[in-house]
Amino acid sequence: MSIFEDPDVPLRGLSSRQMASYRFRRNPLALIGAFIVFSVVFAAIFAPLLVPSTESAGAFVDFRNRHAPPSWNHPMGTDNVGRDILSRVIFGYRVSLGLVVGVLGVAVPFGVLLGLVAGYFGGWTETIIMRFTDIMLALPPLAMALAITAVLSPNLINAMIAITLLWWTWHTRLIYRIVKGQMNEDYVEAARVAGASHAHILFRELLPNCFSAVAVKISLDAGFVILFGASLSFLGLGIQPPTPDLGTMVATGSEYMPEMWWQAVMPGFSILYAILGFNLLGDGLRDMMDVEL
Amino acid sequence: MFSYLIRRALTLLLVLLGLAILIFIIARIVPGDPARIALGPLATAEQVAEMRQEMGLDDSFFMQLWSYLSGLAQGDLGKSLLTSRPVMDDILGALPATFELVLFTIILQVVISIPLGVIAAIYRNTWVDNLLRIVSLIGVVTPGFVLAIILQLVAAYYLGFLPVTGRLEGSIDFSADITGLLLIDGTLMGRFDVILDAMRHLILPALALAAAGIGQVMRITRTAMIEVSSRDFVEASRAYGIPERVVTFRYMLRVASVAPLTILGLEFASLIGNAFIVEFVFSWPGIASYGVRTILQKDLNAVIGVVLVSGVFFVVANLTIDMLLGLLDPRHRLRAERDS
Repeated sequence: MSIFEDPDVPLRGLSSRQMASYRFRRNPLALIGAFIVFSVVFAAIFAPLLVPSTESAGAFVDFRNRHAPPSWNHPMGTDNVGRDILSRVIFGYRVSLGLVVGVLGVAVPFGVLLGLVAGYFGGWTETIIMRFTDIMLALPPLAMALAITAVLSPNLINAMIAITLLWWTWHTRLIYRIVKGQMNEDYVEAARVAGASHAHILFRELLPNCFSAVAVKISLDAGFVILFGASLSFLGLGIQPPTPDLGTMVATGSEYMPEMWWQAVMPGFSILYAILGFNLLGDGLRDMMDVEL
Repeated sequence: MFSYLIRRALTLLLVLLGLAILIFIIARIVPGDPARIALGPLATAEQVAEMRQEMGLDDSFFMQLWSYLSGLAQGDLGKSLLTSRPVMDDILGALPATFELVLFTIILQVVISIPLGVIAAIYRNTWVDNLLRIVSLIGVVTPGFVLAIILQLVAAYYLGFLPVTGRLEGSIDFSADITGLLLIDGTLMGRFDVILDAMRHLILPALALAAAGIGQVMRITRTAMIEVSSRDFVEASRAYGIPERVVTFRYMLRVASVAPLTILGLEFASLIGNAFIVEFVFSWPGIASYGVRTILQKDLNAVIGVVLVSGVFFVVANLTIDMLLGLLDPRHRLRAERDS
């Protein structure tokens, strides 16, 4: 695709990093994605300082203001007990991003390690790891996560555990494919001839070559973890009230459709906004670093 | 080709066996006593002990695994606590509804996304292409349940001509006993009212389910078409004076359809998973709503059954696509034969 759209003609004499950053800056969609991700992360970190009403994040009740449509005071309206939806959305981003960090923080290193080992050692190690990964990939993720959280009792930590258990497989597969492709490269052979240890070849030679692919995958993953977590709580098996969660808000809000549409639609669009950001950023990074997933 | 099929079928069996064992292990290592979960917190210790006996939980792990697997081989998934019917019967009863929804969704995806992908490739880097790019992006990033709710809101409440829940109007007296698929049974029995009403019910859930795949397949078709367009055989066909329409849709699309087909195969499998959300929103009486109901009730046998059946779907869908690709592109077959 890139040969048709991205003629890097004026870039002679630039380093590869300068070229990559040039390509990123020339891509308006990637910039929009970066901006969206920045705004979501910023809002989540500084939530208590930014939101119009911090008490709305908890089990706060203000019946006089319930079901208020979007207005200057409540840009996204209020919900069925009078809490400011914008405030809850921003605190909801906190929960969502916490989920992303928790899931990817465990699943990515684990998946990458297994992929490295399977690709590098080959033979029986490879067969066992990759067959196991194939079987794990055949599990329907949402059904599996639902079942796990239901049996463990639904809350943030268990949702995190359930998603993590299913997520590492994609990274194993990705890294395995990259390492398999790199094994015949001269630099691996050279390191081996020079007497480097397995650990050295794995982590100092092969791993750095996987970084860009993993970075792109993480950015794309982040959006999908948010979606996944929201889906779980939409079905009532994720984060429980009064913790503000975007999926739960859509579910409760949908009971007041169609007249009080904002209660479901506003949180719904907020999820969309975050996922859109991570996707655009991920696509931009992919074009920039020229990796194939 | 024949030995290839046999080998693929053997791999399939192995993966299915692994899947069954894995699901069983997961169901057993989750904390909590299944008998206690089944009976609820109010049951006495004696009742729980009796239930453990009945469920065979006091046997050794391997005994349990063996009786589970041998039951599975005979199509026995145990009894559902929720409906107190065999899980297999429940699932078979709910499967046609899901199957109809998923098939309709796939057809929708193919019919919409591949032509749009071709159009985007033909008019690449014009406003048409950019517009389609935005459409596909929206499809990919919109969560299924958000789209489902918005569709309900707009199409059903404001426009008011599409039903929001169920498969068929209650006033229509019809039972689909032949295949369980309303569209097919309706056609076979010549009931046009059934076909029409089933279609009306299908459109919204199928659209909500199809959106993500449409976006993805559209982009991939576009990329593949652009790649193919620079090959020599395309230039040669044009030089022979073959009409552009034939070159595009007959020659190029055949070669270019390998990538979108692969994605559609994966898509078919993930649709079963995403159906959990969409069926829930549209009260669609399929396997996913059965799954959600039983999961909420911690009905372990039923949950294992639903997960297993969805997994089988996934594996079989992948295999089917693999074979289809083998037919379309002999190189794919050879590569797979070499690998295995």
